Amino acid sequence: MSKAIYALYDDDDIMVSGAKAILAKNVKIKDVYSPFPIHGLENVLGIKWTRLAINAFLYGITALALALLGMSYFMIQDWPMNIGGKPSFALYQNLPAFIPVTFEFTVLCAAHGMAITYLIRNWTLPGVKARNPHPRTTDDHFAIEIDWEENSGIDSEEIKSILQETKPVEIFEK
Amino acid sequence: MEYTFEGQAKKNTFILMGVGVLLLILGSVFFMMGDHAHDDHHGIGQRIWVSIFVSGFFFFGVSLAALFFLAVQYAAEAGWGVVFKRVMEGVASYLPIGSITLLVVFAAGSLHLHHIYHWMDPELYDVNSEHYDALIAHKKPYLNQIFWWLRTLAYLAAYFLFFRWFMKSSLNEDSPLENEKRFFTKNQTMAAIFLVIFGYTSTTFSWDWIMSIDTHWFSTIFGWYIFSGMWISGMVMITLLTIYLKSKGLMDFVNDSHMHDIGKWVFGVSFLWTYLFFCQFMLYWYSNIPEEITYFKARIDDYTWIFWGTMVINFIFPMLLLMSKDAKRNAGFMVFTGCIIFFGHWLDVFMIVSPGAMGPNGTVGLIEIGTFIAFLGLFLFVVLGALTKRPLLVKHHPFVQESLHHHIN
Repeated sequence: MSKAIYALYDDDDIMVSGAKAILAKNVKIKDVYSPFPIHGLENVLGIKWTRLAINAFLYGITALALALLGMSYFMIQDWPMNIGGKPSFALYQNLPAFIPVTFEFTVLCAAHGMAITYLIRNWTLPGVKARNPHPRTTDDHFAIEIDWEENSGIDSEEIKSILQETKPVEIFEK
Repeated sequence: MEYTFEGQAKKNTFILMGVGVLLLILGSVFFMMGDHAHDDHHGIGQRIWVSIFVSGFFFFGVSLAALFFLAVQYAAEAGWGVVFKRVMEGVASYLPIGSITLLVVFAAGSLHLHHIYHWMDPELYDVNSEHYDALIAHKKPYLNQIFWWLRTLAYLAAYFLFFRWFMKSSLNEDSPLENEKRFFTKNQTMAAIFLVIFGYTSTTFSWDWIMSIDTHWFSTIFGWYIFSGMWISGMVMITLLTIYLKSKGLMDFVNDSHMHDIGKWVFGVSFLWTYLFFCQFMLYWYSNIPEEITYFKARIDDYTWIFWGTMVINFIFPMLLLMSKDAKRNAGFMVFTGCIIFFGHWLDVFMIVSPGAMGPNGTVGLIEIGTFIAFLGLFLFVVLGALTKRPLLVKHHPFVQESLHHHIN
């Protein structure tokens, strides 16, 4: 038997109202596939708020500390550099000169960290096999995924008829 | 939804003005008993004029920034901010009075009642005088009283005319418009023209009114630095007034998403200010050229706490307190942070003006705080009074429905 059943739609509004109708019948939706972000969809599906921002903050803080630590070692401890007659005896005396590099490094790490975390979390790294159920969900179609196991309490024929009522262009199992 | 300004609210603004003037008088009495009361250049008169200029310019900047942001909304065809439109207009309503305050201070300078503008002394340009200053005399083609007054009057007149135009055109939006699209396009054109004029003049008025206090010194990023300080103060004022009106139940149409977005502006413009502050500071600090570094030396040596304090207040506070989504949507958090950075940017204006005008003798004392509170009372009196004159939500702006349905996650 297949793992899940999918309903394919050709319009995002029909898909969102379909998702509402499906959830109203107590059928659980596992995921939704769309070529673009749909406003308000996460509220319909009850998806929890992303923690990516917290990650970004942690990456930023780490980068900030690393950059300052690195520069205080390279420029002050290991090989004191005298640039333009600036004192090179303590980190705090030279701090303004280090701020631009620290800033850039913080942005670099936070941005790359966020992007990489996002790719890993979604498992869409380069070379990873695509997991979208239908090729057109990256083009102009939208799909709702319903897992059989999650809805083991409901008869599969009933789920199919519920899906049929939401006016999809196609229903398929995979 | 109309706001009425009476009873306790009106009384409070008068109390603010009264307390401010009282503190000013008290501070003056204390100052008269001190050592510097009758200093030639840093005496009691000078100190009061400086504090009037600092607070006068600060609140002028708040209202001008509101006008600027209103124009940005039109020029960018922004839909979300239409619910704030009347509050922006309210804040901008202080512009005429703010302009008059500045004109009074400038006129007093021209009459040599104070020495904020050192270069207004004609002896500096006289080769035979012992006060002859070759560097200032060299700037005479630009920095002479006639041209300077012409420029000042031109800036203020232009701002006033645009202010009046925007206020009038906004009233038209309360009755059904015949041709909404054409009406909006006209506003947009005017906004674009205003922004171009403002872009140039905000830089030149920063030179004329503020940078010329430290006559020998110059900075090319100075205009942006002053402008960003004005902008953030204006954004904070718009936010605080909205929260106040919301708490009265008069602006229920402003939802969490609007507050989140305006919180982002407060957060973002704080960073813009920090960026410009640091840009200016770091390059001078690094090159350490004597005629350039004097500006910062005067500030770091004599105004150490205020100089670094403004940096901490205006950067660290908004960064840490307003970073998260929940903080921006929380009215209490916004009011707390807003009040702190509002005062922080007033302190920043003080830090820019005072070392040049008061030398090492300037401090934030009762005189300065009193003037700030008095001006705050006057500002709120004018702004809250202006808010009663029109409904708090425009009725027929083309984007009003889009704004009412604004929703972000």
